[in-house]
Amino acid sequence: MSRFGFGKWLLPVYGIIAFTFLLIPIAYTIVFSFNDSVKSNISWRGFTFDKWLTVCQVENGSVCEAFGNSVIIGIIATVLATTLGTMIAIALVRYRFGARGAVSLLLFLPMATPEVVLGAGLASQFLAAGVPKDMTTIIIAHTMFCISFVVVTVKARVASIDPTLEEAGRDLYGSPLQVFWRITFPLLFPGILAAALLSFALSFDDFIITNFNSGSVQTFPKYVYISAARGIPAAANVIASAVFLFAIIFVLVVQFSRAARAKALAKH
Amino acid sequence: MAFAAFTAADVVVRTPRKKSPVALLLLLPGVLYLVLFFLAPLVSLFFTALQVPHLDGDIGQYDYGFNWANYTDVIRMYLPHILRSFGYAIIATVIALLFSYPLAYLIGVKARSRPMLQGLMLVLVIAPFFISFLLRTLAWKQILADESLIITSLKALSLLAPDAHFTGTPAAVIFGLAYNFIPFMTLPLYTSLERLDLRYLEAGSDLYANPFTVFRKITVPLSMPGIIAGTLLTFIPAAGDYVNASKDFLGAPDTQMIGNVIETNFLVLQNYPAAAALSIILMAVILIIVGVYVKRLGTEDLL
Repeated sequence: MSRFGFGKWLLPVYGIIAFTFLLIPIAYTIVFSFNDSVKSNISWRGFTFDKWLTVCQVENGSVCEAFGNSVIIGIIATVLATTLGTMIAIALVRYRFGARGAVSLLLFLPMATPEVVLGAGLASQFLAAGVPKDMTTIIIAHTMFCISFVVVTVKARVASIDPTLEEAGRDLYGSPLQVFWRITFPLLFPGILAAALLSFALSFDDFIITNFNSGSVQTFPKYVYISAARGIPAAANVIASAVFLFAIIFVLVVQFSRAARAKALAKH
Repeated sequence: MAFAAFTAADVVVRTPRKKSPVALLLLLPGVLYLVLFFLAPLVSLFFTALQVPHLDGDIGQYDYGFNWANYTDVIRMYLPHILRSFGYAIIATVIALLFSYPLAYLIGVKARSRPMLQGLMLVLVIAPFFISFLLRTLAWKQILADESLIITSLKALSLLAPDAHFTGTPAAVIFGLAYNFIPFMTLPLYTSLERLDLRYLEAGSDLYANPFTVFRKITVPLSMPGIIAGTLLTFIPAAGDYVNASKDFLGAPDTQMIGNVIETNFLVLQNYPAAAALSIILMAVILIIVGVYVKRLGTEDLL
């Protein structure tokens, strides 16, 4: 192996440096969630757990409220986008239909469009139609940009399902719905779960499109953006750190159980 | 994209595709949704860009018209911002590619025999996604502020002029753009390099090619789909970004990009036609670039 490229040690050493670099702002954000700061959370003033315990009391709970809005929007947009996207993914892999190229293009374009254009476009449509901006318009926007990512993620999974399993179900007189819920859906589930997690992550962290379509509704990223000018309270770091730790533990468990399973399979 | 990389290893079972009305039922809701909330807004943007100010109207009141001069006006006013956006985005994309390629090679090729380590490294690559985009950008702003440890030490070592700043400069904005979109670059590169058949490299060196030639003539061409996908996924959001360049983050008034101008015109000045015209220009330039790529690959492969 060491014959190829870069030398034996150079690459691993580079890897360590690169990962450290990638993780620096994360470590910084987490460390400063424990900072005994007063107003703005810029210089280190000592260690405290207080910010974690009083996170919902800061600024009359506005940080927590913004976080709550982000979670609600994320969940609804995820359910909508995952449902619509999974249906499209199944159709793309399993069926023949006209205008296939047009559908592919329609799915690809939202991913190739800068967020600021998606945001301004929807906002100008809502403006022209006289729709007031609120939670609903944010959910509409988030669902829109999540669909394509769901299709990409689920498509790979649909393509990996052996169709003879579904045929067997039909041969045993299963109705189309029974075949879907008892065979197709369980087999698709890992892909659907990955797509749902991706949608939620995209929605939860979206700022640019949200900023154009939210009116006076606060989401967590919008709260951070607005407070950036006057100094961000440590409560924001607490919430970001909590979300990070939750997500990273979840993903690590999924990854390691996958790797362990692959290892166990390789042994047989 | 992040999670797509995890499922990419699934085995593909080729099945003959059927023709059935079920396909239509499956497609219709999602396609209709995208037509209503993706295509229609683009059309609305197109017509907004041609609006004329309402006679004796308040700020933000416009009538539909065909005022093509809006385009020449915004180009005249904001040409530096437009050029700056694409300039910054190109440099940031190149930096992200140079940073990510060895990393993706390490994960996709060197760590192939160790699935646990490979999984851990993939999680580390996407870890920045799990912490707020805005907060990690602000973290860099504080880590690299004038009074920070890094900048003061660099000044003490005379590696930086005593009166030099980092935050608020074009370099800081480009740095932020590159950092924030590195995972979008690394993951597609990893997916490509994961599939690289090492026997080709062996054949190359058996034929007395030196490691550099093997890399240039075999590894790079075989990982081209990853390079193309990664550069697109980095360049597009970088060109339209306005967080990094904002003065409250890593930028200053003279680093404003096209995204900042669109935001200000739409949300602050309520000059909707200008914001719409700039959006159409941004979209058009990106579509031309994407079009060149799609011509090479086809949309099915990019999806």
